[in-house]
Amino acid sequence: MIGLNHYLILSGILFTIGLIGVLRRRNLLMLFFSTEIMLNAANVAFAAISNFYHDLSGQMFAFFIVAIAASEVAIGLGLLILVYKKENTLDLDDLASMKG
Amino acid sequence: MFEQIAFYFFSVLTIGLFLVTVFSKNVLYAMTSLASGMVVIAGFFFLVGADFLGVVQLIVYVGAVMALYAFGMMFFNVTKDLKEKNTSNIWVMIVGVTVALLMTLMFVGAINPDAIYASLPMSDKMNNPEAVGMALFTKYLVPFEVAAIMLLIAMIGGIVLAGKKMDTSLTNIEDEVLQQKDAK
Repeated sequence: MIGLNHYLILSGILFTIGLIGVLRRRNLLMLFFSTEIMLNAANVAFAAISNFYHDLSGQMFAFFIVAIAASEVAIGLGLLILVYKKENTLDLDDLASMKG
Repeated sequence: MFEQIAFYFFSVLTIGLFLVTVFSKNVLYAMTSLASGMVVIAGFFFLVGADFLGVVQLIVYVGAVMALYAFGMMFFNVTKDLKEKNTSNIWVMIVGVTVALLMTLMFVGAINPDAIYASLPMSDKMNNPEAVGMALFTKYLVPFEVAAIMLLIAMIGGIVLAGKKMDTSLTNIEDEVLQQKDAK
């Protein structure tokens, strides 16, 4: 029988994958992808908890997370396009202008 | 039985697809596997009975967000493989394993199931989309409207940011200008 813990462990694994992506990649677009993975992992946990406690609040939170993710992508992609037009690269190492 | 098979099948599929997303050298492969991973995540939502959330996931994530990425990709040069200097693997592994352990501890130890009560209990009379609608337009009306305004602001912001200097298209400038840009 699949219990709540199965879903929570899956969500943890997905979140860790996204976190490793954020830590490891140096391309801004890949950082965005990794963030999407982490948001989705949180959504899975919310939906599972909502189901196993018979509480709708988890699903409502997941809806607002989806809305926030959509607006984040709209703004973020606009900024990425601006950065690419200006610097002609999306690599964080090339974009770093401050040595510290 | 069906639930178990579906859960393990979807789990293996999502973890594999997201691993491809995170470790792929090609942005197009990463985007495609991310989109298919999102579809499978919607399968999890249907599995836990969150029907409306699953449909929203399909429409918003797979339909809108990934299409936005695909359009944004037209501005970037994605035909070349990414060459990036990776952060030292030891640190990534240390941080990743630590966070994974912390989350396991949190899920297993810190949650006291008896102390949790449903603040918005599901009723058997309504199916999932109906119940979501009732909750969204009563208890969560103000956050819903705020989210609507936030989406409007995001839309305007996206148009303003991406639409800047749209008249100087990157495909129409002369080769020398592009080479100058590359050399810089």
